[in-house]
Amino acid sequence: MFKFIVRRIIQTIPVIIGVTIIVFSMMHLVPGDPAQIMAGESAPAQQVENIRERLGLNEPLPKQYLSYLGNALLGDLGNSMRSGRAVTDEISARFWVTIELAIYSTILAVFIGLIAGVISATKKYSPQDTIIMLIALFGLSMPNFWLGLMLIQWFSIGIDLPNWFPFINDTSWFKPSGWGSFQQIVLPVITLGTGSAAIIARMTRSSMLEVIGQDYIRTARAKGIKERIVIYRHALKNALIPVVTVVGLQFGGLLGGAVLTETVFAINGMGKLVIDSIAARDFPVVQGTILVIALLFVLVNLFVDITYRLLNKRIDLD
Amino acid sequence: MKNNTSKEYENILEINHLQTSFFTKNAEIKAVDGLSFTIPKKKTLGVVGESGSGKSITSLSIMRLIDNPGKIVGGEIYFKGEDLLQKSESEMRKIRGNEISMIFQEPMTSLNPTLTVGQQISESYITHQELSKKEAKQKSLEMLKLVGIPSPKKRLKQYPHELSGGMRQRIMIAMALACDPDLLIADEPTTALDVTIQAQILDLINELQDRLGMGVLLITHDLGIVAETCDYVAVMYGGQVMEFADVKSLFTHPKHPYTVGLMKSIPPHDRDVEGDLDVIKGSVPSPVEMPNGCRFAPRCPFATDLCHQKLPNIETDSYGNQIRCWIYSDEWDGDPEVNVHAKTTEGTT
Amino acid sequence: MQKQQKELLKVTELKQYFPIKGGILGKTINYVKAVDGISFTIYEGETLSIVGESGCGKSTTGRAILRLDEPTSGKVEFKGEDLLSYSKKKMNQERKNMQIIFQDPYASINPRQTVRQILNEALEIQNVVPKKERNQRVIELLETVGLGEHQLDRYPHEFSGGQRQRIGIARALSVNPELIVADEAVSALDVSIQAQVINLLKKLQREFQLTYLFISHDLGVVRHISDRIIVMYLGKIVEIADKKSLFKNPKHPYTKALLSAIPSTDVEKEKQRIILGGDVPSPINPPSGCRFHTRCPFATELCKTEEPKLRRMDMMKEGHQAACHFIETVEANEKQPIL
Repeated sequence: MFKFIVRRIIQTIPVIIGVTIIVFSMMHLVPGDPAQIMAGESAPAQQVENIRERLGLNEPLPKQYLSYLGNALLGDLGNSMRSGRAVTDEISARFWVTIELAIYSTILAVFIGLIAGVISATKKYSPQDTIIMLIALFGLSMPNFWLGLMLIQWFSIGIDLPNWFPFINDTSWFKPSGWGSFQQIVLPVITLGTGSAAIIARMTRSSMLEVIGQDYIRTARAKGIKERIVIYRHALKNALIPVVTVVGLQFGGLLGGAVLTETVFAINGMGKLVIDSIAARDFPVVQGTILVIALLFVLVNLFVDITYRLLNKRIDLD
Repeated sequence: MKNNTSKEYENILEINHLQTSFFTKNAEIKAVDGLSFTIPKKKTLGVVGESGSGKSITSLSIMRLIDNPGKIVGGEIYFKGEDLLQKSESEMRKIRGNEISMIFQEPMTSLNPTLTVGQQISESYITHQELSKKEAKQKSLEMLKLVGIPSPKKRLKQYPHELSGGMRQRIMIAMALACDPDLLIADEPTTALDVTIQAQILDLINELQDRLGMGVLLITHDLGIVAETCDYVAVMYGGQVMEFADVKSLFTHPKHPYTVGLMKSIPPHDRDVEGDLDVIKGSVPSPVEMPNGCRFAPRCPFATDLCHQKLPNIETDSYGNQIRCWIYSDEWDGDPEVNVHAKTTEGTT
Repeated sequence: MQKQQKELLKVTELKQYFPIKGGILGKTINYVKAVDGISFTIYEGETLSIVGESGCGKSTTGRAILRLDEPTSGKVEFKGEDLLSYSKKKMNQERKNMQIIFQDPYASINPRQTVRQILNEALEIQNVVPKKERNQRVIELLETVGLGEHQLDRYPHEFSGGQRQRIGIARALSVNPELIVADEAVSALDVSIQAQVINLLKKLQREFQLTYLFISHDLGVVRHISDRIIVMYLGKIVEIADKKSLFKNPKHPYTKALLSAIPSTDVEKEKQRIILGGDVPSPINPPSGCRFHTRCPFATELCKTEEPKLRRMDMMKEGHQAACHFIETVEANEKQPIL
């Protein structure tokens, strides 16, 4: 197991190098002179030249990359064009907001997805199964920015809601924007988690159905143990193995989905930072944020692989 | 805990006219169709048949583990004098793994890959004898010793994939025998194993049967295994028992043309067969289009119009041996001197 | 008898090792020694069988001969030409002389092709029959294996297991091969169907002077179909003999145990059964010396250190060889089995 983890970590190194190359070349893939674009079309030549000088854009490309990589390793991702603050500071101020959003959404998605998937599988072809799978299909096909807007419309500002919750003093149940309080968190988490919940539900259902057809489930039933134990102890544990992979991939997807959700709910996270920086042509910030998100993605995948390995006893042989 | 107050009974298992069908949108597939046999206390019954004969469905019917779209549609299954088909699901659960246990063909896939051997055996004790985890573990260890597993303490903590096929089948046996059942159903327990390992496992089952005094229902396609390990045999074809007899009678004087044909088509390893093997022509009928008369009539070299039109009844002789064939009835309309042992090959392909 | 026969295929010191990857960098850390230096000859027109339990290397041998997996080392001579020295292209052409039939015919035929297409394709690839005559040839082939012209345009799933195996045989026959490797070809079939296919294989051998390498774990089938038999254990040949000699006078303790382990339908004969303890060891680190010593009731210190060679004793029939240090002792049964 230890060997596996070490090997898996070593394997991520080329991936990380690849990510940095892609992020680095983004600036050079933009048509035209990056310095001119950053400065704006009508900027005086001297200002463009200053930018070029400051960012080292007149050096040869490999050298630029190496110094970028070296700085990145030391935790220096450059300074924001807009605020002049270090990119790392800009990101760290918003990092946890996005992580919180993604984690809460994942928890919601796993919770709902697993329960729905298990019910669907154990009651195959029943009305419950049909309804759950229809809802899942709907959840899967809704774009999350649209769902976000609808939720705001229905549960926040659009209609007068009856005052069911004594602890909420506002006229609306939830707040349409911001992050931090319970009232602010609920809607974005639902917005971001719904699609994943649907995918996890479908995956759990098909995985459970496959496992329930296995010989060892028949063995468990022939032992006379209760159906509930057959499902949760014998079937679910095996069915989770492929689901874990999907959850991991979904978490990565949520980081990307956060860009839209944060914009819709005006949450000051990394996603919104990217959008705002693109609009302001703040390239160092865009680069830095994307690099951080990509690294997170790699880390999550590493974590998923290790979990997968722990769950799946059969591949632990070598 | 076991219910020891049940009625007096002679046979550990007695099945009468069992019918198990599978329902598709527009058809009823009769997988088991009017099956009857008995297993006396502490005896072994071998059920032989080719694929599609309904032998595995029979065993799952006894356990009442037939899943949708299958259903037991008729008959009686008396276990220790009580009809299992009248039991509720929770009563059945107390019987499964406790009074009737089962081992399956594929030791590779019949154990749960994510639970340790110890966890899987303990489960039986925890469920049926309400033992604590620790007590259950101790009992599991004793069970592993009983089935002859080397270094049993270590095995308890291992996962099934760490063990060989023969070891896994021993684990299955340990699990099945944990609660000292009165009936063990073994569905092709050695088919997936090599012959030298098969010999070990059959030996073990025989030895434990003597020691624990249980009845055994052994399902197999291998007549050799039946001859060496069983007291009685039921030969199944098309969801019915064609012939039921004690082992010695069946192997020395097989009566049903199917039994005879089956025996002749197996090349023996202990003597030479000159020329071609005798074959049963045609192929096993699909359960969707079962013949109306005798199930075996389309392949039977002796079949007459009567055989094709009418299902023969079960005839029982004075020894209790049974046969379902028109040749042995008063209504037989073919050659009265017919010899079912005559060479029957018609063309070799 | 074999002396006058012509050698068709000669295998010398054939080895097939499969690498095991592992470690931090995924290097090859060890090998599965599936076949570890075996030599034998197949004569024209005979049926040579290889028997043994799972993991003994019998199927690997069949695949290595046809170069379906490239052997690690050794020599495979077909009519005097070394197949292992052929280029891939030349080998493909040479395959029209040697065909293989598998256990599961369904896995080896394209489920989306009709029988006509399957057989036509085989004829086309090896180009043995002119285009105009192909259709006629396909019908002939089908009739040869006991199927009818009316079944030509059906798909594999419309046939039963036995019929599919017949299609597999027809395809193998289509190119007029001299050698057919049958890898557990009848093992998955029900006994009543198995007998039909065995009879068919024997009939075809008579009609087309075929040579069979018949790989099976079923000793009854092997006894019926073979002329000579090889017994393998853990990648090595432990005994080789003609059928009569092997079944009447097995010399190697493993062969003896194997034969005695098969349940017999003869209820009147009392039987002495040798039950071997333990499992077959792993072919990754096979036991030293004689590979069977861990389970052999007769094993001594010598068996643990020195590997026995295949040899023939005076009391053994011509062509009968066994790889055991103690053929005489085992024969005389001087030592009591330690069980």
